[in-house]
Amino acid sequence: MIAEAGLAALWLAAGLAALQLVLMIAALRADLGAARTMQSIAAVQGGLTLIAFAMLLIVFARTDLSVALVFENSHSAKPFIYKVAGAWGNHEGSMLLWVTVLSVAGAFLALLSRRTSQRTLVAALGAQAALALGFYAFLLIASNPFARLNPAPFEGRGLNPLLQDPGLAFHPPTLYFGYVGLSIAFSLAVGALLTGEVDSRLARAMRPWVLGAWILLTLGITAGSYWAYYELGWGGYWFWDPVENASLMPWLAATALLHSINVLAARGALKAWTMMLAVIAFSMSMVGTFLVRSGILTSVHAFAIDPERGTFLLALLAIYVGAAFGLFAWRGASLKEGAPFELVSRETGLVINNLLLSVILAIVFVGTLYPLFVEAITGEKLSVGAPYFNAVAGPLALMLALLVGIGPLLAWRRERRPMFKQLTVPALLGVSALVFTIILAPGMHILPRLGLMVAAYLAAASVLPLIGRSPFRAPLATWGMVVAHFGIAVALTGMAMNAAFTSETLAIAKPGEILSAGPWHVQLQDVTPTAGKNWTALEATLKASRGEGLVTLKPQMRYFTDPPTETNEAAIDTFWNGQLYTIVGKADPSGGWQLRLWWKPFVTLIWAGGALIALGGALALLGHLRRLLRRRREPNWRGRYA
Amino acid sequence: MKPKNQRLVLVIAATAAVLLAVLLAMWGLRERASYFYTPADVVAGKAEQGRTVRLGGMVERGSVQRLADGVSIRFVLTDGEASTPVLFRGITPDLFHEGSGAVAEGRLENGTFVADTILAKHDERYMPPELGNLAAEHKAGKTLQR
Repeated sequence: MIAEAGLAALWLAAGLAALQLVLMIAALRADLGAARTMQSIAAVQGGLTLIAFAMLLIVFARTDLSVALVFENSHSAKPFIYKVAGAWGNHEGSMLLWVTVLSVAGAFLALLSRRTSQRTLVAALGAQAALALGFYAFLLIASNPFARLNPAPFEGRGLNPLLQDPGLAFHPPTLYFGYVGLSIAFSLAVGALLTGEVDSRLARAMRPWVLGAWILLTLGITAGSYWAYYELGWGGYWFWDPVENASLMPWLAATALLHSINVLAARGALKAWTMMLAVIAFSMSMVGTFLVRSGILTSVHAFAIDPERGTFLLALLAIYVGAAFGLFAWRGASLKEGAPFELVSRETGLVINNLLLSVILAIVFVGTLYPLFVEAITGEKLSVGAPYFNAVAGPLALMLALLVGIGPLLAWRRERRPMFKQLTVPALLGVSALVFTIILAPGMHILPRLGLMVAAYLAAASVLPLIGRSPFRAPLATWGMVVAHFGIAVALTGMAMNAAFTSETLAIAKPGEILSAGPWHVQLQDVTPTAGKNWTALEATLKASRGEGLVTLKPQMRYFTDPPTETNEAAIDTFWNGQLYTIVGKADPSGGWQLRLWWKPFVTLIWAGGALIALGGALALLGHLRRLLRRRREPNWRGRYA
Repeated sequence: MKPKNQRLVLVIAATAAVLLAVLLAMWGLRERASYFYTPADVVAGKAEQGRTVRLGGMVERGSVQRLADGVSIRFVLTDGEASTPVLFRGITPDLFHEGSGAVAEGRLENGTFVADTILAKHDERYMPPELGNLAAEHKAGKTLQR
């Protein structure tokens, strides 16, 4: 019954979305006051998808094996939390989550938006309904999560043990919230293009959504990177895997949008450009979903290979992106460009930021999709990995980081002050970092060396906007910007240190033997069998020391039974200045064990930087929301909206 | 700047950026994309020496040999037609077995494939698409032999 209730809720929601779309067309043509009705429909639609998702959670929590999806992806012996998380750890469940977030976001847009005109809101709600309708059709026709099995089997097929991890419970939903949050920016842009009301009001209505989505994408990418680092046991934090790129591309587009939207909000300029970025940002989310969900890529994350679904998703992508760009081509040229600005101005700085981000985005996009094109056209198989992305996008990212220090110092409209004086201290710091690395580590590669230089410079330059003013009177949005930009410097330091100074040891050790990795001496004590709820393992006990103190690490080689799989569980110990990362491998006939040890100085800064960037976004969001609330309380409030 | 000129400059800048991106990407891809080969391709001389490529096939039964240092292995990848010896230093991935599929990434050096990374079948259900057909053929071949 529960599964059927979920399915019914989905069908109803799809019907409401169709109605919402029809109402939008009618309202725009005849100037009907349909806003109220559409707001209620959007809210009910969001509620219905929530019900459907709750039903899926219930069948997973109960391990109802008569539901095909539960049989395929769950098992009665699985820990409860992973039973529930398993609901969205598979194709159908994750698409249901996607649609749920899409509709709930639409409901919030309908209920909360007071800033746009009624006409634009109606058009945006229509666009959101059109998006939702396509994905409802995809679920109901090609990926029904509630399909039944008759007779019901006795036991489920389990879940990939690699995915039995707290990372799974939070990582995909966080990314999905981010992806789908961008749908609101897309719908608002489409709506505003339809009504022609592209102005700073629209930018202010759009900004909290973009910021929110961007924060979640940042957190999702950071968490995903850490998950891959400790779970996959390869010691790397970013593999340029197509699935990772699928989350990076919307992030790059959203970052560009986040900056250009400020120009539109503050100065009314860059109208067409900002609308296009809003369209591109959500298009990238859909490209990401297509890449992950169609299973067309060779990837550690690829789950299913199902051409029917892939074609369906590709068709949806083509329709939405094509329609949005068509609309843009039709209406974009008629937008009046806003306030002019001079060559040296914050506007120009943000334009350069946008151009660089777009170039990086295009490079990642081409590199990710190139193997598909080549294979489709010539049948030749190839893969594009870290060597391409690091060499081509890396220098551009460094250039961008260099400019991040300058942009916030520029004034709107025109800059006449000799502002480069302020950058003396940061520049000196950068140069001394460079000199230090040349003296202390002459053999270092060029990219990490430049990375450390830029990081040292940016760490100082990013806080300049707070210098010379009382820090408590600076707006929260300024604080947010400073924290996020500082976070870039922190992450960059971590990446450069990790690339340059990681020491790795791979050897056979017998119990009692000592290996060294960087400053560490690691002794293998013994290897003993151990067991968990649905796995058995061989666990090595390692004693590590560097001078004083002794730490114990217990990496495992785990064997899961349903389905039969082996995984390496790394043991990682974190110190203020780095991480000791250990893996145990296979037994040697002579009684030794394969051990892989890494000492990774300051590697944790990578994720700390990511967290700071997200925190900066959160501060800025808080600042904007506070102003929104204050403004609502005082109808005559007229202040500058930073 | 007049708004009209401003828009023109923006359009030109955007176009230049896109062109730059495409040129950079093409240059990067030409130098750095790694091609996928099977042992038959290697025997036919399609794989360039010294360039990073991927080699995929089935791990030949009885071919996995552990070297004296304990952490290097030698094995043979085969696609039924031809086979290539592979040398790998590292901990083999979880699902690396004799008789199952694997993709090695590395370079061809004097007839031996020196692998930096080995990607094995990820779990019971997942198989890299490049290996999917190969595995099916392998199975079919075995059934015929029986």
